[in-house]
Amino acid sequence: MDTKTAVQETYYDSIIKQGYNRRDFMKFATYIAAYMGLETTMVGQIAKSLETSYRLPVIWEHYQECTCCSESFIRSDHPIVADIILDKISLDYTLTLMAASGHQAEAAKHATMEKYKGEYILCVEGSVPLGDDGNYCCIAGRTAKEAFLEAAAGAKAIIAWGSCASNGCVQAAAPNPTEATPIHKIVKNKPIIRVPGCPPIGEVMAGIIVHVVAFGKLPELDRMGRPKAFYAKRVHDSCYRRPYYDAGLFAETFDDQNAKEGYCLYKVGCRGPMTYNSCGTIKWNNGVSYPIQSGHGCIGCSEDDFWDNGPFYERLTNIPGFAKEASADTVGAIAGAALVGGIAAHAIGATIAKRKEVKSRIDRGIENDKNIDF
Amino acid sequence: METRNFKRVLVWQLPVRIFHWINVLTVTLLILTGFLIANPPALMSRVEPTFVQNFGIVRFIHFASAYVFFFNMLLRIYWSFVGNKYAHWRAFWPFRKEFWQNVWHVLMVDILLQNKKIHHLKDISIGHNSVAVLSYVVMFFMALIMVFTGFSLYADLTTWWLPKLFAWVSPMLGGEFMTRAIHHITMWIFIFFALIHVYLVFYHDWLEGRGEVSSMFGGYKFVAKERFKKKVPKAKTDKEPEM
Repeated sequence: MDTKTAVQETYYDSIIKQGYNRRDFMKFATYIAAYMGLETTMVGQIAKSLETSYRLPVIWEHYQECTCCSESFIRSDHPIVADIILDKISLDYTLTLMAASGHQAEAAKHATMEKYKGEYILCVEGSVPLGDDGNYCCIAGRTAKEAFLEAAAGAKAIIAWGSCASNGCVQAAAPNPTEATPIHKIVKNKPIIRVPGCPPIGEVMAGIIVHVVAFGKLPELDRMGRPKAFYAKRVHDSCYRRPYYDAGLFAETFDDQNAKEGYCLYKVGCRGPMTYNSCGTIKWNNGVSYPIQSGHGCIGCSEDDFWDNGPFYERLTNIPGFAKEASADTVGAIAGAALVGGIAAHAIGATIAKRKEVKSRIDRGIENDKNIDF
Repeated sequence: METRNFKRVLVWQLPVRIFHWINVLTVTLLILTGFLIANPPALMSRVEPTFVQNFGIVRFIHFASAYVFFFNMLLRIYWSFVGNKYAHWRAFWPFRKEFWQNVWHVLMVDILLQNKKIHHLKDISIGHNSVAVLSYVVMFFMALIMVFTGFSLYADLTTWWLPKLFAWVSPMLGGEFMTRAIHHITMWIFIFFALIHVYLVFYHDWLEGRGEVSSMFGGYKFVAKERFKKKVPKAKTDKEPEM
């Protein structure tokens, strides 16, 4: 694989070479700008950047994951997304889609790492197991931890694709036997973009890559390291069922009349009110639908520890880390009842223990009453 | 039979009483609406949501009460610098020897119901007793937890800078799942506090007869005459008819 000539090519060159025409290219620039939440005046800037900037070297690592992030990405609505990113950007190394394999693949990766030290973008799909010396995930005879630290050392920035790399997802759920660890807890000295979601929306992934390419810097991130353009709003706040919520119209079960009416799924466990993602606006599968629109509550797949905050079909009331099966309200009601019992017992005890004191007060009170003059 | 004489003392100044009753109102509303928000009753209704705002109203009451609760807290903090000695922050400062002696007294006599052979008048607190003070200090921090988690959850619903000041809390706790859980569990502590607080107020009024309950209306408590300076200068209040 000749990385050198590939890198000398601009994005525009490679898109045209791919068989797209200028019109397709401009449509793509407009479309991706819209997803990134940019003004129309920025379309020109994106087009210009793609025309003039050279291919960004990208290493795309896969550790403990299911590849749903890659799958989501290549199903992104616009064909150029898959072409530009996977065919042109990330060919340096990606286990799933690269042509090379075995030693060749590893050699390609190392060539990129050496040649573009401090310049390449490291995309990580999957968490890194730290338990038992990292032996739970080995690629090419090395542990994920070793490979990751090596790749991260020379990276300009790291993109943590999906919930695995951002928060550990299912393999980090209690009791987390492999000590699956999200990447921001392993590497601290690199800029990290977290793109949680299981998987993240393909257009979101494309938007982030294009942002890095077009503007030469990372998108604006929130306090949790997520791009603000896509993770600034709760699913709830962009949900088309929101009016039902405000009205107090809720489905109680999935087969009641209210569910058929399309009422809010809050009571059957929808995590929309706690989940930051773009599902309500960008939607899935080329904008066809998203879970709530399909009648299933949001499970909060882009939030930390969403697996440990089950069950998915109930309003979230569990006490974290304690009494998994008991809700806070059950514990509270029992404790409250015990407290009322204790108060009643104390009142009875006080009546007995303080009887002399109370009696003397009563006597004195009666005595005083007798001496009232007027 | 010897009976004791009491004098009326203004213990709870008006701002303290206003603080107390606004607290009662807002915390009650917050708990009721909080339960409704956590687990709302579903309306079996075919009405268009355009015309109903039931849940929106419940949430509005919750948020509005939260603001009142918060500013009421600020008022009380202000008053702890300018109010009388029963309202002053020094009354809530637990690192004093007398404070812990009084904690011991209240625990033995009022909580564990022991009877003392000799009654010391100084054991009877004129303002808060020390155990009550401890509970208010704890509740102050609980209120802070509610303010921080609550405003953090609310921050994205508003454009005002005040709730946005707390936006960092959820990310720090690892997301809104945890923030919400903490907010919900802390609410139960308010319920437990209210139960114990009301009971102990009744208990003290019943046992001591110094107007514990009514003091939060009129502000007066009754203090044994022996506790006053022997030479009290003629105050004009003495001339008024005692009721």
